[in-house]
Amino acid sequence: MELIGAQLVNAVAYGLLLFIITCGLTLVFGILGVLNLAHGSFYMFSAYIAYSITETYTQSFWLALFVAPMVVGLIALVVEITLLRPTYHLGQLSQVLLTFGLAYIFNDIAPVIWGSDVLSIKVPSVLSGSVTIFEQKFPVYRFAVIGIGIAIAILLWMVQNKTKWGAIIRAGLSDKEMVSALGINIKLVFTSVFIIGGVLAAFGGVVAAPILGIYPSMEFQTLILALVVLVIGGLGSVAGTLVASLLVGIVETFSRFLAPEISMFLIFGLMAVILVLKPNGLLGKKVV
Amino acid sequence: MRKILMLISLVFVLAILSSCGNSAIESSLNSESESDESGDGDGQETIKVGAILPFSGVYASLGKDLLNGMKLYFDSIGWEVSGKKIELIEEDTEADPQVALRRIRKLMDQDNIDILTGPVSTAVAYAVRNDVDSNKLPFLVSHAGGNDLTRGKRSDYIWRSSFSSWQIGNSMGEWAYENVGDKMYIAAADYAFGREVSTAFKEAYIAAGGEIVGNVYPPLGNNDYASYLTTIGGEEADGVYSFFAGSDAVRFVQQFEQYGLDKDFTLVGSGWLVSENLRKSVGSAAEGILASTFWDYSLETEENQNFIKAYEKAYGTRPTIESLEGYDAASIMVEAIKELDGDVSDSDKVVEAISNVSFTSPRGPIKFDKETHQIIQNMYITKTLAVEDKTENKVIYKVEEVKDPGK
Repeated sequence: MELIGAQLVNAVAYGLLLFIITCGLTLVFGILGVLNLAHGSFYMFSAYIAYSITETYTQSFWLALFVAPMVVGLIALVVEITLLRPTYHLGQLSQVLLTFGLAYIFNDIAPVIWGSDVLSIKVPSVLSGSVTIFEQKFPVYRFAVIGIGIAIAILLWMVQNKTKWGAIIRAGLSDKEMVSALGINIKLVFTSVFIIGGVLAAFGGVVAAPILGIYPSMEFQTLILALVVLVIGGLGSVAGTLVASLLVGIVETFSRFLAPEISMFLIFGLMAVILVLKPNGLLGKKVV
Repeated sequence: MRKILMLISLVFVLAILSSCGNSAIESSLNSESESDESGDGDGQETIKVGAILPFSGVYASLGKDLLNGMKLYFDSIGWEVSGKKIELIEEDTEADPQVALRRIRKLMDQDNIDILTGPVSTAVAYAVRNDVDSNKLPFLVSHAGGNDLTRGKRSDYIWRSSFSSWQIGNSMGEWAYENVGDKMYIAAADYAFGREVSTAFKEAYIAAGGEIVGNVYPPLGNNDYASYLTTIGGEEADGVYSFFAGSDAVRFVQQFEQYGLDKDFTLVGSGWLVSENLRKSVGSAAEGILASTFWDYSLETEENQNFIKAYEKAYGTRPTIESLEGYDAASIMVEAIKELDGDVSDSDKVVEAISNVSFTSPRGPIKFDKETHQIIQNMYITKTLAVEDKTENKVIYKVEEVKDPGK
């Protein structure tokens, strides 16, 4: 019984970590209709930048948590204005190819700057202890991840549903032309959302680094998981992403516990089953 | 909707391909490397050594260290032996068997190499085995440790100077029973090498009288060990024998400590768990780990100290196990060429000369087993200790002349 409780804590922490990483991808897809495959690269860059900050300039994890997303936000801004904007009228395939190409370029740039060794970020001392529940020690950092995940979920929900900004975004989602006709600069909305997506990816990169580590090609591994979560949750639905993250976290953790040989298969199996039963994902709306 | 699904499945295929060793988009950087047209035919002034190593992908840092080790030795003799110049031709395998096959055919057909060395991935070694064998190309394996290469897939032309999985796992078995306890749990990455090493450990440990209480094999490149660690935490055992390398090792060791398992279990493993280039990232969690290896930075022999000094002077960083492997492979090739007085035209004589090489390397005395073509070497048990705010390995036990059984 204790073991199951302990695994449940693991599952929730892992699931919310997935949510922190994936929510930016969902947001961008939901509003821009762009499947940003460079999302993983933003995630990776942020982790590396955070490493540089904590290693060379200051020991502060908190500063890294703030600065790394800002830097990545800047990269996202440049990418959106110079590369992505001209492709909006070209359709999804060209955007997929563009961002996938970018992912490869970033993948080659990172080892040039940071080398190919495995790196890691130290957790600040406040969060480095451990707590005992279910007769099992847990790192405090896992609980911090749970807290951060819930906070981001609430924040995103609040912004989307309770602010004018959220109203514009939701309106833009259903009818872009009408929104521009109302005098709202839809280009600006797109740029902002893409930057927010980048910042969220970057935030995920810093938060995940102490757990998942930093190493070459880390972003593709994460990208695959993020896409699984995205598909299961429903394309473009933040609430769906939250549910899907938790579901993937629970399925993966318990399958590793009960049937370690088939755990990888189960995740993709889950995705296949959901696609057959609910082609739009758990909470996805109909996509064209 | 269907269009989007198609798109996403396309993306999945691309992303999965790219995460499996970057084979989807092949870099052709090295395929253009200069082929020396003037020096064709045998018995000329230069001896060509082909090195197939991964310089991109997940094993990139291992490939780089192996190459640095080789260059260090060739530098020390001025790239010249018995009046012949040594030319090193590097090819990037990307740790992908398909790519490696193309590279090795280029090395054989265009460059006419005399000796081949490398690779890191055992899958690559197996893939090129038949080409090497049928072309009678002397092949000195400098890393890939899959048991079968000097067992079922043995070839007259393939000799291995690094290690076999069996040597790594077996050397820890008996010692762990006597010094750690009589109950162990096994956690190893789920791929051929991880399985082979842990099987060798298991056999030796059980033969010594120990009991394996359970095992778990997380996939290679697993991102979070929490679930496995909780499972292990519920077991009754004296220690955990683990085989992980690279980013897996960093995550496993760190999380092992974070989940408090270091209080109840002794962590036992191989040298890659606490290798020189990982311990800084692992931090204090590495303290107390016992590992079996065939070379360690802390070996106090004169040969090792000289090697370390030269390496640090040349590259400004500590050598790793792979640097040593490269250095030794280069030494062995040079020794063999010396014995032939520089005439490498007959590949049967080259492998004969390689088989006779024996000297004291930085890792200790080494020689080849003429039956299996596998190196016979000392194995060391190291313990990782905290030194000031860092950790250092220390050799605490030596298993002399470990010889792979060859079957």
